[in-house]
Amino acid sequence: MKQYLLSRIGQALLVLWGAYTITYFILYLLPGDPLTIMLTASGVEVDSLSPAQLAQARAAYGLDKGVLEQYFSLLANFLHGDFGQSLVRGEAVSTLIAARLPSTLSLAGLAVLLSVVIGVGFAYVASLVRWRPLRTVLNRLPSLGFSVPGFWIGLLFIQLFAFTLGWLPSTGDEGFESLILPAVTLAIPSSAVYAQILIRSFGDVWKEPYMVTALAKGLTRGQAQARHGFRNAALPVLTLVGLQVGNTVSGAVLVETVFSRTGIGQLAQESVLRQDIPVVLAIVALSAAAFVVVNLIVDLLYPALDPRITHRPKVT
Amino acid sequence: MTILAPISTGSADRQALFLGSAALDLTAIAGAGRPSSGWTLAGRVRDALNPLLRRPGFAIALSFLLLVLVAALAPGLLTGVAPYATSPADKLLSPSAAHWFGTDELGRDLYSRMVHGSALSVKAALLAVGIALVSGLSLGVLSGFIGGRVDAVVMRFVDVLLALPGLLLALAIVTAIGFGTIPVAIAVGIGIVPGFARTTRAEVLRVKTLPYVEAARLGGASWTRTLLRHVLPNSWGPVAVLATLDIGAAIIATAGLSFLGFGAAPPAAEWGTLISNGRNFLMTAPWLSLVPGLFVMLVVFSLNHVARTLDEGR
Repeated sequence: MKQYLLSRIGQALLVLWGAYTITYFILYLLPGDPLTIMLTASGVEVDSLSPAQLAQARAAYGLDKGVLEQYFSLLANFLHGDFGQSLVRGEAVSTLIAARLPSTLSLAGLAVLLSVVIGVGFAYVASLVRWRPLRTVLNRLPSLGFSVPGFWIGLLFIQLFAFTLGWLPSTGDEGFESLILPAVTLAIPSSAVYAQILIRSFGDVWKEPYMVTALAKGLTRGQAQARHGFRNAALPVLTLVGLQVGNTVSGAVLVETVFSRTGIGQLAQESVLRQDIPVVLAIVALSAAAFVVVNLIVDLLYPALDPRITHRPKVT
Repeated sequence: MTILAPISTGSADRQALFLGSAALDLTAIAGAGRPSSGWTLAGRVRDALNPLLRRPGFAIALSFLLLVLVAALAPGLLTGVAPYATSPADKLLSPSAAHWFGTDELGRDLYSRMVHGSALSVKAALLAVGIALVSGLSLGVLSGFIGGRVDAVVMRFVDVLLALPGLLLALAIVTAIGFGTIPVAIAVGIGIVPGFARTTRAEVLRVKTLPYVEAARLGGASWTRTLLRHVLPNSWGPVAVLATLDIGAAIIATAGLSFLGFGAAPPAAEWGTLISNGRNFLMTAPWLSLVPGLFVMLVVFSLNHVARTLDEGR
């Protein structure tokens, strides 16, 4: 077990390093001239600078060193929690992110919770229904759920619940009320994925002999599903939650823009718009870290939730 | 002698005969598209589609997609109204017989703008999936077919790409290479490479062990030939389904990126830009973003439905 733990953590670190490296190379090597982008982002007219000033700026951004040297010095800073300075805002990237983290975390946390509740609940009900037409409709509905652009659902909600009905605020990030619409918007695509896969999973479980036994004992369909089906069918959700972290982070960028919430997603949108390279690098690397950490936790939780895994012979 | 008889006729006749036979050959070649490929691709496609087309849902989804494709290739066929023609007197009209989707704040016809926007959005989605298909397929085949260390390296690379959330990877690429329809399409395409690489690799690994591959190798076929003639055609199915699904995903992703403001520069408008423009008039003219969004949803839902039906029929 200890060896498994260590190898899993090692793997996670390797993936993280790879993600950082790829992002670094995209942002610093893909553009022909990162210096121009950086100077423009900080609001300096590049043409007005003398060659001496250009050289000075190059040294200030650390672009005068060799590629590998730049990469390693940036990586070392990153490991010490120093993400550099924002070119546009002139603040440290870490303070910018720290100020916006709570807003995004509460949004993402509530969205993940809602998506699991909605997705599992939907699949649960859909698998109990026996009337064919309704069943077909319910089975196809999740696929509609991830055909919708998430940001468009947000606009629909604003129009419906904020403007027409006036129940909830349309924008802003004060109080729990302003969190409801964005969280539901962010939850819908993921919950559609959970629902789609769980409906299949429930279908498989219903074919198991122990379900037949349960019905033969005289349980109703509802009782059989609640006592014997649910726990067996719902286990895959854990893996899915881990894999959906990426979609939740991506969705947060759009949803925060739609609802004008000052979170990390909105920071990402503004930084890309102004080509604020250090901020973009930090946000992309951090969201990869979130993905890797959550999936590591999911992997480590599995044996605790499903004891069969630890007793199974190892297949490698 | 009788065989030579036609040749020994006058030279003018011979030329006519020659021309005639050449013309005949040409028609044979032109006609070859129909009867002979009835055996191969077109016929197979027709055979595969016939039972599916009897399902009303599939037929409706497919014809809707064809309509969108027509809109993308020849927008003039579906609307006679110019997409950029402003008419301030008709601004913010709600949908009606004259303006099917209503008009925007400058009096431009939204239906016409949607139809003309299809060209950008559909091409962006196809370009994205094309990039993903080519690079994902090569990575997958490389790693599945060669195996060993190459496989390990490629798959670790794919794992790393999977850990980067798609939209954020796309945002990083867009930061580096600039804004516009084509950079956005490239960025989205790179984001969906890992899925293709994984699916292709799994299929290649499955097909590689089948008896007919072994038979081809024993029969003396080179690895390249085995790969191109036996492994690739048989690994194609799941990849094609994934490609169909991913066109939908690419449409949503490009719409998202152009909604954030990284797409085509105005007045050209992709679907995402149209949804974004309508945001400012959500209170007074909600159809300006709701109708384009509904349209995008229908396109993606149709793609998902087609992919799912193909997958079930396989």
